[in-house]
Amino acid sequence: MKERNSKQKLIALAIAAAVLLNIPILETVNKPVLLFGFPLLYFYVFLVWLALIVILFRLSRRNPS
Amino acid sequence: MSPWIVVISAFAYLAILFWIAFRAQKNTEQAKSNTKAWIYSLSLGVYCTAWTYYGSVGKASRDGIDFLAVYIGPTLLAPLWWVVLRKIIRISTVQRITTLADFISSRYGKNISLGSIVTVVCFVGIIPYIALQLKAISESFEIITQGQLTNSSSNNILKDTSIYVVASMALFTLLFSARKIQTTERNEGIMAAIAFESIVKLVAFLIIGVFLTYGIFHGFGDIFSQAMQNDTTKKLLTMPNSTGYREWFWITLLSAMAFMLLPRQFHVSVVENTNENHIRKAMWVFPSYLFLINLFVIPVAIGGLILFQGSGVNADYYLLNIPLHFDNHLLALIIFIGGISAATSMIIVETMALSTMFANNLLIPLIVGSEKLKATFSKNLSGISLWSRRLSIILILLLAYFYYHQLNQYYSLVSIGLISFVSVAQFAPAMLGGIFWKKGTKAGAITAILIGFAIWTYTLVIPSLIGNSAAGQSFLENGPFGISLLKPSALFGLEGFSPISHAMFWSMFFNIVCYITVSLNTAQSVLEKNQSEIFVDIFKYSAIYESTVALKGKASLPDLEAMLAQFFGTERTKQVIRLFAKKYEIDISDPSHPADYRIIAYAERLLSGIIGSASARIMVSSILDEEEIKIDEVVNILKESQQILSSNRELTRKSAELSNALNELAEANNKLKENDQLKDDFLSTVTHELRTPITSIRAFSEILYDNQDLEEVDRQHYLGIVIKETERLSRLISQVLDLERYESGRQKLTLVKVACSELIHDSLEAMDQLIKEKNIAVELELENPNQILICDRDKLMQVFLNLLSNALKFIEDNTGRIIIRSKVVEEIIYFEVEDNGKGIPAEYQQIIFEKFFQAKNQLMRKPKGSGLGLAICSKILDLHKGRISVSSEENSGAKFSFSLPAKLDQELKEENTGI
Repeated sequence: MKERNSKQKLIALAIAAAVLLNIPILETVNKPVLLFGFPLLYFYVFLVWLALIVILFRLSRRNPS
Repeated sequence: MSPWIVVISAFAYLAILFWIAFRAQKNTEQAKSNTKAWIYSLSLGVYCTAWTYYGSVGKASRDGIDFLAVYIGPTLLAPLWWVVLRKIIRISTVQRITTLADFISSRYGKNISLGSIVTVVCFVGIIPYIALQLKAISESFEIITQGQLTNSSSNNILKDTSIYVVASMALFTLLFSARKIQTTERNEGIMAAIAFESIVKLVAFLIIGVFLTYGIFHGFGDIFSQAMQNDTTKKLLTMPNSTGYREWFWITLLSAMAFMLLPRQFHVSVVENTNENHIRKAMWVFPSYLFLINLFVIPVAIGGLILFQGSGVNADYYLLNIPLHFDNHLLALIIFIGGISAATSMIIVETMALSTMFANNLLIPLIVGSEKLKATFSKNLSGISLWSRRLSIILILLLAYFYYHQLNQYYSLVSIGLISFVSVAQFAPAMLGGIFWKKGTKAGAITAILIGFAIWTYTLVIPSLIGNSAAGQSFLENGPFGISLLKPSALFGLEGFSPISHAMFWSMFFNIVCYITVSLNTAQSVLEKNQSEIFVDIFKYSAIYESTVALKGKASLPDLEAMLAQFFGTERTKQVIRLFAKKYEIDISDPSHPADYRIIAYAERLLSGIIGSASARIMVSSILDEEEIKIDEVVNILKESQQILSSNRELTRKSAELSNALNELAEANNKLKENDQLKDDFLSTVTHELRTPITSIRAFSEILYDNQDLEEVDRQHYLGIVIKETERLSRLISQVLDLERYESGRQKLTLVKVACSELIHDSLEAMDQLIKEKNIAVELELENPNQILICDRDKLMQVFLNLLSNALKFIEDNTGRIIIRSKVVEEIIYFEVEDNGKGIPAEYQQIIFEKFFQAKNQLMRKPKGSGLGLAICSKILDLHKGRISVSSEENSGAKFSFSLPAKLDQELKEENTGI
């Protein structure tokens, strides 16, 4: 049951990340402006990336089989 | 910089690599699981080659964020590793699969032609990729020693750096990978070295990133704000509309597939996996690795563009040129070593994976498939597997070397990375379909891979080969024979795509369509059906795989052993067969009897680990008198064993439940019996107790009735006895009813506040008459007479009255003495009623609180009273959450003590709220 649940969370995470890092969402941040000194597009992509890593870290720590 | 320093550092680095591999190989046993998980996660970093290391910066300086798609793809895939990669690993472990080609050919019936097609596609696609690594090393060597690329390819082979690289790589791979005949054995030494190389290239990249960003510029903000001021660099901060997104999408998808399907990735992630749980760590470590190694790519690219504005410095080598520009030779050397680590790790693992693939899918099937060749080598079959792998290693490295030299001018090496990716992506439908879809067939897989490969060749390879000639130009611009619909760069009129996404789209489109339609229109062979069941439902089967049937046929055990002995030696063969037979309780004592099917399947799997599944199949078939079996039969056998297993499990569970229920039932029955016995005892005692007063009442009434002329005094006396007995009777009845109420739990307490002393004085007052009659002394020793007690006043008085009347019964007139004590400790009140009567023998002290205890022990002195008094006391105290006990020595009196909580209401409240 637990195993199944964490599997589904992982699949949902992959889908969410794939949607966040594609059009049309990518289009909204594709502007030549700087945010905190970083180009908005890079800032956004690396931020999503980092969030993905953090969530993966937490999910992989939980319920070890 | 002096070439000698560079050469010595490079060789020193390689020596360290050898040392690490050697150490790790020796200490395999001691390595902790956590260390292994880290090595596993870091070895996945072999994904980042020299092309990543130098080329990312170059690509970023031309197309901006595009380069990131290659790393976003595998990152997006990471969450799915637990679902997909774990399944592939489990299948490979169970089936002893050691290469990608083996995996695909195993799934589709251990087919040789499929295995060799996959091998050829990998060779064509990957050898140029290895050549690219050689090129990176020799070019970076040129830059660091001469400051720039000279483009003068020297004809003196001894002056060519790449030949030394090839030689040391060959030595390394030969030494550490092709040592043992069993390819299933892990190469811990190499993996430790690869993990180390991953760290080296990451650290080198981070150093140059920090050096440029904070040493030369003033942080990220500085670089990006300078980038905003120039049109060329400003363009890099965003994605070009439409084409940019399309490119991004296709390359993300492509690299996600390549990450699973590149032979080197398959090798590190599947074959070298020692524990499925290591995936958990890799799932977050690897995306973090990619994150870090890409963090400084854009700043370095933009920084390089700003520093070398228009000076013609090759952007692919900004990484080296930046430190050289500032005369920082140490940093340049570090970068150079980082580049070597990126290139060598790729070369080592890729060569290792390709060589096993080549040996097991092309060379060995050729040898074991031909009677003549097999006879020639029959004396040393185990040597064949080892030597063909060693030969393959050398062959692959030489091919890469010549490719680099001969085709350098035709083929733009920079684009090779992604072109290779597209070639291996052709395996994706057959691979993923194979593990999730049972209907995929061999014909479907072969068609899919071939058509994908053909489109890959037509749209990507041909244009880069013929682009230099005039005829080639016209072919590319107008299509073959002027048919523009067949133009390699815009097949069927699909314009506006980059060559990679264009090739990716069409090859995947035809690949998937062919895989599905051909699969649905062709039938599977028996073995294929069997394998597809196992692959798709591996998590159901892996536990019982060893005893499932893979093939049906007869072979004699000596034949089988002789075949295995060619690889393992006679002694070891006999030993493993004996162990296996023992484990599964197979009788192998009679050599004339055909070998058990499980032993045949086991032998085949043992061979798979050495020579690959397709070759193993051929070897086993050659000694097997195989019967034709029907598909249904295989499926049924698989299903049956599955069902037996699950119904067995169900049965065990059910019977455990049943025996539990039985136990409970027996317990309940015992309790009932006991209660029944108690009820009987109770009834007989009660009737007995009732009969005594009734008998005397009846006797005296009869006397009075029969003798009307009795003396007045006697009459009074007899009537007095009748009244007394009636009282006793009614007391007894009310006590029985009381007791019954307590036992059934219907008795409720009426709680009031009362002081200790009041309780005791009231009780004494009630007994006053008796005490005076007996003329005895009652002493009170109350430590805190004013202590307030919350209790049922009447019930507690009943306890006192009972104890007092008991004491009064057993003490002598005049000399008797009763002491009542009370004290409070931690909210619990202790009372004692002590007398100096006869006392209670030790053997009775435990049982006097049972009801009708006297009745059961007729030998005891027969006092007055019902025998229910102490039982009722005990019940009352139970209700008050207290306890009662007695201590006594014969002839020196008895001491009854009881205790109860002072604040009973709180205790009950807590109990009710469930605390």
